[in-house]
Amino acid sequence: MRSLLSRFRYQIALFLAVLGPGFITAVVDNDSGGIYTYSAAGAKYGYLPLWTLLPITVVLIITQEMCSRMGAVTGKGLSDLIREEFGLRITFLMMTLLVLANFTNVVAEFAGIASSLELFHISRYISVPLSAVGVWFLVVKGNYRSVEKIFLFACVFYVTYIISGFLVKPDWKEAAIYSVKPVLMLDGGYIYMLIGMVGTTIAPWMQFYLQSAVVEKGVSAKEYAASRIEVVVGCIMTNVIAFFIVVACAGAIYSVAPRDIQDAKEAALGLKPFGEYAFLLFSAGLFNASIFAACILPLSTAYSVCEGLGFEAGVNKRIREAPAFYFLYTLLIVAGAGVILIPGFPLVKMILLSQVLNGVLLPFVLIFMVILINKADLMGEWVNPKWFNFTTWVTVAIMIGLTLALVGISVRGMP
Amino acid sequence: MADNLLFFTELLSMPVHDVRGRRIGRAKDAALVPLVHPSRIDRVLVGGGDAWLTVRYDQIRSIVLGKGIFLSDERLMPYHDDEYMLRIGRDLLDQQIIDVTGRKVVRVNDLTMTIQNDGERDIVAVLEVDIGVRSVVRRLLQGALSPRWIRKLQEPIPPHSIAWDLCNVVEPDPLRRLRLNISYSKLEAMHPADLADIVEELGPAEREAIFETIDSEVAAEALSEVDPRMQASILESLEPEIAADIVEEMSPHEAADVLNEMEAESSEEILEEMDSAPGTEVRELLDFEEDRAGGMMNTEFVSLHQNASVMDALAALRGNEDLLENLNTLFLVDEEGRLTASIPLARLFLAASNARLKELANETLIQVNVDEKQDRVTEFFDKYNLLTLPVVDEDGKLAGVITADEIISVLRQK
Repeated sequence: MRSLLSRFRYQIALFLAVLGPGFITAVVDNDSGGIYTYSAAGAKYGYLPLWTLLPITVVLIITQEMCSRMGAVTGKGLSDLIREEFGLRITFLMMTLLVLANFTNVVAEFAGIASSLELFHISRYISVPLSAVGVWFLVVKGNYRSVEKIFLFACVFYVTYIISGFLVKPDWKEAAIYSVKPVLMLDGGYIYMLIGMVGTTIAPWMQFYLQSAVVEKGVSAKEYAASRIEVVVGCIMTNVIAFFIVVACAGAIYSVAPRDIQDAKEAALGLKPFGEYAFLLFSAGLFNASIFAACILPLSTAYSVCEGLGFEAGVNKRIREAPAFYFLYTLLIVAGAGVILIPGFPLVKMILLSQVLNGVLLPFVLIFMVILINKADLMGEWVNPKWFNFTTWVTVAIMIGLTLALVGISVRGMP
Repeated sequence: MADNLLFFTELLSMPVHDVRGRRIGRAKDAALVPLVHPSRIDRVLVGGGDAWLTVRYDQIRSIVLGKGIFLSDERLMPYHDDEYMLRIGRDLLDQQIIDVTGRKVVRVNDLTMTIQNDGERDIVAVLEVDIGVRSVVRRLLQGALSPRWIRKLQEPIPPHSIAWDLCNVVEPDPLRRLRLNISYSKLEAMHPADLADIVEELGPAEREAIFETIDSEVAAEALSEVDPRMQASILESLEPEIAADIVEEMSPHEAADVLNEMEAESSEEILEEMDSAPGTEVRELLDFEEDRAGGMMNTEFVSLHQNASVMDALAALRGNEDLLENLNTLFLVDEEGRLTASIPLARLFLAASNARLKELANETLIQVNVDEKQDRVTEFFDKYNLLTLPVVDEDGKLAGVITADEIISVLRQK
């Protein structure tokens, strides 16, 4: 009995020991762009789009699990592996694309910070520079452990969406039905929304970030079983939050008058008639999500690029030891926050551009991932099992298709 | 740039010409055979038709940048992979190697080689491993511009390279490691903390390779400097006998800490492989909770009977020379082994050799019980400005000591 108990305690300890990378990556998937997408879906189509969350969860789990497995088994980041197996030129090309795509994403996050704090009547000329400085110091002056703790704490803040979902008092019966009942309509706007919801599920940077974080955390192949649970739990949590965002907007906006909303700020304002708290929580959640992603994106970019091109990287290193790493990190934050402050900056175009760049990069990332994870000399006994490979390729094909569809729509949307 | 230099990536895809100047294919890779010569390019692999061919170094007449490789003998053997060959393109390019003097892990962008004519033929030898921006630029431009243009363009960028004999390739496969003549003796000469940093940057397979090969004493020292969670996973990945050899070289306290991090089965396996004396000591320490004084203490102390003299103390120190580096306090115990006094080591220098140790003791004896909480222990260190704190069991017997460096690690982990 005692050994059983101690074994159980060991398992719990193991789970807590690996907790972090998978959970954080999945949760950051609900960044300002994700929140907007889900809000818009709920505001315009109510509970109808809820069924997509189930397949989205599956897709997210399949792709995240591969990265986390590669990280644990090889002990190397994704860009490391791409460099070793596909050479410098391809790596360089991918890293260039990644920097561009992530830069546009960083801009979107700072835009999220600006608009969420404007709901609290704080000018963006104060909020954005302060946030940028805060983000920079957090990572430069912290170490991996403390930063991860702060990130995990930020994950807890997503609870605000669940609470605001309840405060709106939505129609739970409808929500439950449409969560499992697929509804397809031959309506241009509806299909665009579906593509948007699934297409923004996986961003290239997530794969790079997750794998590096697993490596940095030192998760070994032996502990991987616990890590896998962490990834699955994280992905489910993420979509539970997405569910509440859709439901909140469906209850507050759609049930009053279905309409298009332009940004997440408008969604928050739509919640106002349902009480100050619903509104405040939704806005605070938006700020939390944006600043959280604004911390992770530049960091992950700097890591991936330096790993791939062989420059020294790491928050534990001094600026003099890893100049390229800190240069890139600083540049992304300063430039990302800077453009938000330019009056009349075409933000909508920038966000469309970020979707296009992500979409162009993602097929390569996913295909490389599946090739890498099938290499026996790399993965040993941890290669993809045959049946799983089939699922993976189908998922990858669907994701690439949807992402490219999104790219097509975005390109047409860009005048 | 001197004309007798050649970069490996320039050699790649160079056309290869036979005796009459006909082109027979392109260079696909080149290989060293370290057992024969540590830096000479021994083979060039040529791809033309269906299979690759092997060109031995003595079959090459000349190598000219922009023109290609010209052979002096065209009886070429088909290429077979063998474990004696270190293929540069496959095993080195884009991979990680260890820079021994820079004490870090670097990624190979290119290799700088020299061409030397010995009267009959051009002999190519590896000179340096390129890791800097210059080699990145070179590789990105290759194919788009001619090699001579690229050389001109890269001129202003400062080179960043490591001499070939200061590099250490890491090979996880033990058989291949032997055949490739790879030893980690250069790593053994490093400071354990530097070695630990390097090990942390490598993948699990490479890590395992290093710890399996290097001397167990060095391995133990380096392992103590590695992050505790990684320590456990490294030991778990090794064969239990090898792991046990390393654990025996660690201090019992550190050994207990690592084994505590591991799954019960794996730590038991290692304990069984250990010699009995250190094994029991570690087992005893394992019984203590990690966040209590018992879990923080080590058993590296010197204690004497309370009636002993300075002379006795000196004799005891001579018998414990391995502890001297970190020793700053002596302890006195009674017949039952109960702690009675502590003596700062420095006081011995000023005392007469026949003086009784008791007279040199600190006025107040500060000690903690093995069950004392971690927070209280750190408080004690702060309050009394301690370097070493004795830990006693429930009968008051001296069980171990906690040293300031342990407190520093505890505080840093918070």
